[in-house]
Amino acid sequence: MAGETGSISMAWEADQWVLAAAGRWDLAAVAMLEPRLRTADPGRSGANVCLDLSDLSALDTAGSLLIDRLIRRLRDQGHNVAVVGARPDLCHLLKEVQRAARLDCAQPPPHKPALDLVQRTGKATIGALQSGAELLSFLGLVTVTLLRLLRRPGRIRLTSFAFHLEQVGLNALPIVGLLSFLIGVVLAYQGADQLRRFGAEIYVVNLLGIGVLREIGILMTSIIVAGRSGSAFTAQIGTMKVNQEVDAMRVLGLDPVEMLVLPRMLALMVALPLLGFYAGIVALFGGAVMAYFYLDITFGQFLRQMQLAVPVEHLFVGLSKAPVFAMVISLVGCYEGLRVSGSAESVGLLTTRSVVVSIFLVIVIDAFFSVLFSYLGV
Amino acid sequence: MGPADSAPPVIRVRGLHTRFGAQVVHAGVDLDVRKGEVLGLVGGSGTGKSVLLKQIVGLLRPSAGSIEVLGKDALNLSDRDRLNLQSRWGLLFQDGALFSSLTVLENIKVPLQEHTTLPPDLIEDIARVKVGMVGLAPDAAAKYPSQLSGGMRKRAGLARALALDPEILFLDEPTAGLDPIGAAAFDELIGSLQKSLGLTVFMVTHDLDSLYAICDRIAVLIDKRLIVGTIDSLLQETHPWIKDYFHGPRGRAAVAAHGGAADSREG
Repeated sequence: MAGETGSISMAWEADQWVLAAAGRWDLAAVAMLEPRLRTADPGRSGANVCLDLSDLSALDTAGSLLIDRLIRRLRDQGHNVAVVGARPDLCHLLKEVQRAARLDCAQPPPHKPALDLVQRTGKATIGALQSGAELLSFLGLVTVTLLRLLRRPGRIRLTSFAFHLEQVGLNALPIVGLLSFLIGVVLAYQGADQLRRFGAEIYVVNLLGIGVLREIGILMTSIIVAGRSGSAFTAQIGTMKVNQEVDAMRVLGLDPVEMLVLPRMLALMVALPLLGFYAGIVALFGGAVMAYFYLDITFGQFLRQMQLAVPVEHLFVGLSKAPVFAMVISLVGCYEGLRVSGSAESVGLLTTRSVVVSIFLVIVIDAFFSVLFSYLGV
Repeated sequence: MGPADSAPPVIRVRGLHTRFGAQVVHAGVDLDVRKGEVLGLVGGSGTGKSVLLKQIVGLLRPSAGSIEVLGKDALNLSDRDRLNLQSRWGLLFQDGALFSSLTVLENIKVPLQEHTTLPPDLIEDIARVKVGMVGLAPDAAAKYPSQLSGGMRKRAGLARALALDPEILFLDEPTAGLDPIGAAAFDELIGSLQKSLGLTVFMVTHDLDSLYAICDRIAVLIDKRLIVGTIDSLLQETHPWIKDYFHGPRGRAAVAAHGGAADSREG
């Protein structure tokens, strides 16, 4: 069977143009033969071409395809092609390939860049509106399930709730603490730099107290939690969806919203206000440390100024937003997880989406709260 | 074209031992796969059929023993030789294992693009020919794996395994999860491709019909060893598992369906 690599010779014999193929026409040989065959031409129109395959020692699909393409091209150019001398087993493969190559494929329509842009914009807009509407109806579904569950509190999954409380709350303490401390340091430093010009360093306490307790603490925590836990919700539920675990639940008469969504949502709604409070305290501590070393404000002074200038309402305003943010993050995370379909790729895609959408919504809702509170004069 | 006994075996396994912790899976497995034959590997669940397949293609390493594929020591290969060898075999995974982010056609093109220097239009044509050869409708070529049925995914996986025109085709439970008609059609497809491409086929299977329809010889993995033979010779075996397997209700049904390869067994 061995034989040398494939070759082809072309010559005129009497009034025939003879193409003699020899050796192994396999994938390795095809790369070398292809450029020669692409330009092979008898040099006059309507020639009689004889393709002699009798010296062929081996043939695979790539080689067969090359022969098939050669025959088709020469026939299209108006030559008469005759094939002679192929061994029966090679002939069988050649016929098989010719059959497969004739199956015509529907070509995708050609691209039109300008139209594409319009199409994509339109698709994205409609997609965004649709997923907004779906998210709202998912909120409705979750609310109804929650209300139903409140009538029969025994059905609340306490084990699952506790597990998620640990995951999203307790385990988030180190990272939330570290980042909040650094935020406190940065704010105090930047604020002090400006205020020092007016000799009003002490007001750095007002800046920190109001900024951190009212806005930054809870906002930062929500963003960290969206990246940390919202994505985890999507990935967990999405993987269960891929494994058909969610379908299995439905078939067994278990409600995925009750089993998967509510424990996560309730856990996050409990954990996020606590994390927000913790983040505020740690950030103030970071600011106080900075003030002590950089501005010579002692901890005592810091606390006294705090008591004078920052009424406790700011803390309540900040914390009142936490359950709403928690609900948005868990809702988006679970919703995107349940949207996963089939492939591993969609888990990754929707996890990214979940983080982007929940951070976006958290910031939009925060802005909405600011407007609301200023109306109410809080 | 028939399997020549004198030719060196395509796959040669000697004294293979496999242990996972304290659990011994294989204890002295010997196997020869001859050129151009279809060999079916059967055995109960958990006897290490898929493990043996993975060891031969280098996805797992045995604890002891030697494996030669196409005359090369498959356990001690340089990276270059391994790559070379890998392009000479194709493996169809149980559910196709298609890359989910690529269309069927792109899946088939991957090995061609990575391992050859052919021009893009020829690669495209070769991939389309493979789609036709495994009996997929032309419009399936542009679809993503998640849009295909299980049977179509297997056919697409087969097309990818055949992309480089390999000499050996490994199949891991090719008919599992297919309906009987689809399974019979898949058997027929493998049989006809094996003939037209001159493949050596090594298949792990549970499917008695496949064994009767396309396998030349059968290897039974039992008591951590292999017993190899044709169906007729295995029907004479007295080992209880083999007896149960071939003479059980399903075994008898398969014999009846495929024209009584074992007519003589009672006589």
